[in-house]
This record gives sequence, structure tokens and C-alpha cells, in this order.
Amino acid sequence: MTPPTPSAAAPLEVTEESAEKSITSPSPKANESRSPGQLAWRRFKRDRTGVISAGIVIFFFVIAIAAPLIAKLYGKDPYTTYGQDIPGLLNDFAYPVKPNGGISSEFWFGIEPQLGRDVFTFLLYGIRTSLLLATAATVLTTLLGVVIGVTAGYLGGKTDYLIGRVIDILLSFPSTLFFIAFMPVVYNLFVPFDEDVPVWLRATCLILALTAFGWASIARLLRGQVLGLREREFVEAAKVTGASPARIIFKELLPNLWTPILIQSTLMLPAYVTAEAGLAFLGVGIIDPTPDWGVMIQRGAQFYSDDITFMIFPGVSMILFVLAFNLLGDSVRDALDPKSKR
Amino acid sequence: MSNTNPLLDVTGLTKHFPVKGGFPIRRTVGAVQAVDGLDFQVNEGEALGLVGESGCGKSTTGRLITRLLEPTGGKISYRGQDITHAGRKELAPVRSEIQMIFQDPYASLNPRQTVGKIISGPMEINDINPEGGREKRVRELLEIVGLNPEHYNRFPHEFSGGQRQRIGVARALALEPKLIVADEPVSALDVSIQAQVVNLLQKVQQELGIAFVFIAHDLAVVRHFSQRVAVMYLGKIVEIADRDDLYGNPRHPYTKALLSAVPEATVDETPARERIRLQGDVPSPLNPPSGCRFRTRCWKATEKCATEAPPLVQVEGNKPGHLTACHYPETEGTIPAPRLSKDPQAAA
Ligand SMILES: Nc1ncnc2c1ncn2[C@@H]1O[C@H](COP(=O)(O)OP(=O)(O)OP(=O)(O)O)[C@@H](O)[C@H]1O
Ligand code: SF4
Ligand SMILES: [Mg+2]
Repeated sequence: MTPPTPSAAAPLEVTEESAEKSITSPSPKANESRSPGQLAWRRFKRDRTGVISAGIVIFFFVIAIAAPLIAKLYGKDPYTTYGQDIPGLLNDFAYPVKPNGGISSEFWFGIEPQLGRDVFTFLLYGIRTSLLLATAATVLTTLLGVVIGVTAGYLGGKTDYLIGRVIDILLSFPSTLFFIAFMPVVYNLFVPFDEDVPVWLRATCLILALTAFGWASIARLLRGQVLGLREREFVEAAKVTGASPARIIFKELLPNLWTPILIQSTLMLPAYVTAEAGLAFLGVGIIDPTPDWGVMIQRGAQFYSDDITFMIFPGVSMILFVLAFNLLGDSVRDALDPKSKR
Repeated sequence: MSNTNPLLDVTGLTKHFPVKGGFPIRRTVGAVQAVDGLDFQVNEGEALGLVGESGCGKSTTGRLITRLLEPTGGKISYRGQDITHAGRKELAPVRSEIQMIFQDPYASLNPRQTVGKIISGPMEINDINPEGGREKRVRELLEIVGLNPEHYNRFPHEFSGGQRQRIGVARALALEPKLIVADEPVSALDVSIQAQVVNLLQKVQQELGIAFVFIAHDLAVVRHFSQRVAVMYLGKIVEIADRDDLYGNPRHPYTKALLSAVPEATVDETPARERIRLQGDVPSPLNPPSGCRFRTRCWKATEKCATEAPPLVQVEGNKPGHLTACHYPETEGTIPAPRLSKDPQAAA
């Protein structure tokens, strides 16, 4: 085929300016091009709440990752019972001698009543455990939800019907009740009744259980999205050129699904942090002496009438984290999907 | 008109969409007869216009030819090769030769891909490595369709509807096809831009010798573009003829009615055509009328029309290749031939 001479008869129409574009730069450079992702990033940077929330969230992740390093510099660990080993820290009733939960230059956040552990390192490691569990569960849930949701939406028919019913059942299932009733049973599947459950097993079981009940909502959302996208003409255009189903899913559909996936997972993570803490509080998640946010709150609940300080640190930090993460989720949604803004 | 070797040969093409219903066990309770027994050929380099009201099965026909849909019955052969039920793998060699241009320029381009990726995608899929690389070829194609080759890295949202449709044309051209099915390629565009895009398609058709099946819902757009025109009504072709025959000597009442609705560009001494207003709506393709499907709106319908479906034949007085499906065809010259000299550029 010989290309015909380029026609001068076809003048370019005026490029239609999207609203955001004209705000960001009144005179776009000739060859500058903005991907939808870059546009979203621009919008996000202008959202002050989002940026501050992101800062707080990042701060939490950094201290969680750097917990061993910080503890080393600080010179303590979350397991040693300083209050019992060093006399003069706890009184006869095993409460800190000094006011405000025993806060001092030595113990920045005070000392735990009774066992006398260091609150600062306990909290650091607790955040570390909680964020690790919640992140792992979020990643796994998202993966499973995306795979199942996209499959159901793309294949349709009987597969879709079957998956749809499973999702219905899971979403109507009282999962908290299940956790309380069956987590001990699950642990005992692997470990005899009278032995201690190793921490790694508890963690794995928790992640799997949270994932098993969590994937349904994201799968349902993505299924709907794919059902809509599947009928779009650009998918048909790819089919006409001979694209394989794998190429259509990965190259045509998935890039259009990052928005809901990202929004869902940023909302899921804080939910998992609270769920994990709730389970620890109820005694079916991570248990003492493993440092954990939920474990700490559970311990704090035992003493709060006599020593509120021990409750305040884990409580306030968790509220701060969950709030910041949810606000971040909202900002991410507004940035990626400006039409959904109220 | 049928050559010895048509590029595309469609016989008895049928598509019924099953309608599910019932509770608690869903079963097929009926079928939408979207396309019911089409016969037509497209010759190499020829443009066939396919015209009909909304819902008469034009898009379904286009999607059957490009094999986006599986035919319920009939046969599609491309250069003698039967592709009616070919799978994706069998279809691969033919795929690149039959391409499609879509109606909605906002839905037909993936919003997450750059123009370069969109146009080079087909080459990637079919493992085509043009001389000088794919990027060079994409730039060439952009130039052919009248876009700035420097816009290679832009995203669809940075273009207007007309420009997007040009990108769609470039994508269809990327595989150097022999046949392009254009499904109402301009009906989503501003009237002022429609003519530009039609001109582009016409240029492509003539200069590159690509055969077209050009789908439209009115006869005006098709007129400048097609050498032959087929008129569809409720899943059937009611009349097919060379352009001048169809416009000058419509024999089917429906064609005549459609033609009378084409606005006349000029007010001059030719006596104004009588405008035929069709009564009622198009019946549901779920349950089409017996006999002639047009009979519920036809002013000449008789008993015979209700019982006997008229075959698509060369009725008396027609030139060869002019086929009409009517028991009582319109007589020649009942309406004055509309001016054929109308220049597409004049509308631009
Ligand atoms: N996937 C489908 N499932 C069921 N029915 C369908 C499907 N696709 C099309 N139909 C039906 O088939 C008939 C023909 O539809 P088609 O889209 O081919 O019409 P069309 O001539 O292209 O109309 P338009 O001018 O509105 O695009 C319609 O009645 C439509 O409802
Ligand atoms: S066959 Fe009868 S009903 Fe059908 S178009 Fe002809 S005259 Fe009208
Ligand atoms: Mg259509």
C-alpha cells in the first residue's frame, strides 16, 4: 500500500479542552501530553487534606518499617518487663510510680501497668504487626477480588452466575461472628488443643480469614465494571484486530480498572487495621505477648480506670491512622474520578 | 452486478438473539430476529451502503461480517473462504483484511492508551513489523488521516470527536485491510465535521482501493459514498441496487418513503417531491409481521402481503443487479429523480 499524499484539505479541529486542563495550564505546550494518571496526580497535589493525610499515613508506615532501628537507638525492646526487673518503677499495686503512666526521659510513653513493659517500643512493634497483617490481607484480598471479579465479568454466563451467588452468600454472612466462633477451631486444625499456637500460624490464619471474607465486595464491584467495559467499542475494536482474551483483559480492561482497584484498597486497609485490632481485642486474633495494636488496646481496657495513659497512646494513634487513611482514600477517589465528587 | 469473484459473499445470513425469561428456571422464551436471511456481495474496492431505520439490524450485520457475533445461520465467505463459524485462530489471517470503524468515537478508543499505542496495537497483535518501525508507520497513518504526527503520545481525551474518529480510521488502516465495515461512522459527529470525515473515508476508499460496507441510517450520507446501496427493514434487505438506480428509480415503497425524507438541498424549478410520512412505528423484531415485514406501514398492503413474503428479485423494469422485495413494486418515475450532482464538498 502506498500512502497517499497527506491531505491539506483536512484541517485540524480545535482540540476540545477538558475542564481540568484549562485550569492547570492555560497554554499547553505543543508536544506536552498528559496521561489520565498524570492528571489525577495533579489533582491530588492540589488537595491539601489528601496531602496531609498521605504524610501521616507514610509516617506510620515508616515508623512501622523502621521499628527495630528506632528501638535499637532508643535502647529498649517490647518484651522485657522493665517494671519488674528494675525496682522503683512500679508501686505495690503494680502501677507506675511516676505520674502520667510513668512517662519519663527514660520511658517516653510510660510503662505498662503490672508487667512493666516499655509502652513506646510496644506501640512501635504493635503498629508494625498490625500494618503488616492489614497490608498483607489487603494485597491478597485485592488480588483475589480482581481475578475473580474480572473473570466473572469477562466470561459471563454460568461462571458469572455461580460466582455471583457465592459473593451474595459471603456478603450476607456475619463474618465477625464467624471469626469469634471459628478462629479457635481453625487454629486447632493445625495445632493440637493443648499446645500454643505459633505466632506465624495465627498471622497466616488471620490473613487468610480476612481475605476469605473480604474479596467478595471488590470482586462484585469489578465484575460490574468489566460488564460495562466489555461492551465498549474499544474492546470490540481489539477483537476485530485479533486480540486474544488475555491481551484484552490485561491491555484493554485492566488499565481502566486501576481507579476502582486503588480506591477500594485504600479504603480496605484501614478497615482491616480495625478488624484485626477488634479480633485481637476479642482474643481470637494476635495475642499477648506479641506486640499488636489490638492487643495493646485490650490490655489498656483492663487498666483504664486507674491508668488512662496506657490506653491513650494506642487508642489515639489508631484513630489518627484510620482517620488519615480514610481521608486519603477519599482524596484518591476524588483525584482519580473527579466526576464522583459530591 | 455479482462478479465472478466477489470479495465478500453473504448468503442467507441470519442472527437471532435468544430472549431468556421465566422463573425460577430461565429458558429461552423467544428470539429477536435481528437479521433474517441477508444475501449480498461486496466486490473488491467497492463501497456498499447499508441503510435502514434504527433497530433494523444494520450494526448486527456489520458485527456478523467482522465476526464479532456468531451467525445463527447462513454463510459468510471472504475470497471464497468460508468464515461463518471460524474460530479466533482460523480467522487470524483474514482478521487483518476485514476491519471496522465504530460509531461512537468516545467509546471506541481506550482512554488509557496513547494514540500511538492505539494505532500500533493491531500491528503488535498481528506481528507486523513495517519498514522503519511501527512508530514511523503510525506517524504515516496519522498523516494520512489528517492528524498531526507529533500527537503520537497524546491520549484520546485530548482530541475532539472528529479527530477521534480519524484516529479510529488510522487504526483500521494500520493492517492494510481489503474491506472496512464502517458502522455509522459519522452519525455521532457534529454536522459540520461529518462531511470532513466522509471525505476522508472517500479518499481512503478511492486511493487505497479498499472495499467498504458503509452503514448509515439515512440515504443522504450514503449517497456520495457508495456505488451500491442496500436498504434494510426489520432484518431483511428490501431493495438493493446501484446508487443511481436506487435513487433514481426506487421500486420498494419503503425506499421511496426513505428517499422522500431526504431533505432537498436546493429549492429550484424541479417540482417538490411528495413527502411520504410513514405511519406507526417499526414493529418489534421479537415478533415481526407475517409475510412482508413492511406491510403494517405500507399503504399498498393487501392479503397477499400478509401471507406471502416477497422474494428479493429483479422485478420487471429493473436493471440487472437491482433487486426489490415487493409484490407490488412502485412504477418507474413516480417521483422525480433527485439531483445527483450535489457535491459533498458543498456541504462541508
Ligand atoms: N446483543 C443483543 N442481544 C439481544 N438483542 C440484540 C442484541 N444486539 C442487538 N439486538 C437487537 O437486534 C435488533 C437490531 O439491532 P442493531 O443494533 O443491529 O440495529 P441497528 O440497525 O444497528 O440500529 P441503530 O441504528 O440504532 O444502530 C434490535 O432490535 C436490537 O434490540
Ligand atoms: S409486499 Fe406488499 S406490503 Fe410489502 S412493500 Fe410490497 S406492497 Fe407493501
Ligand atoms: Mg447500530
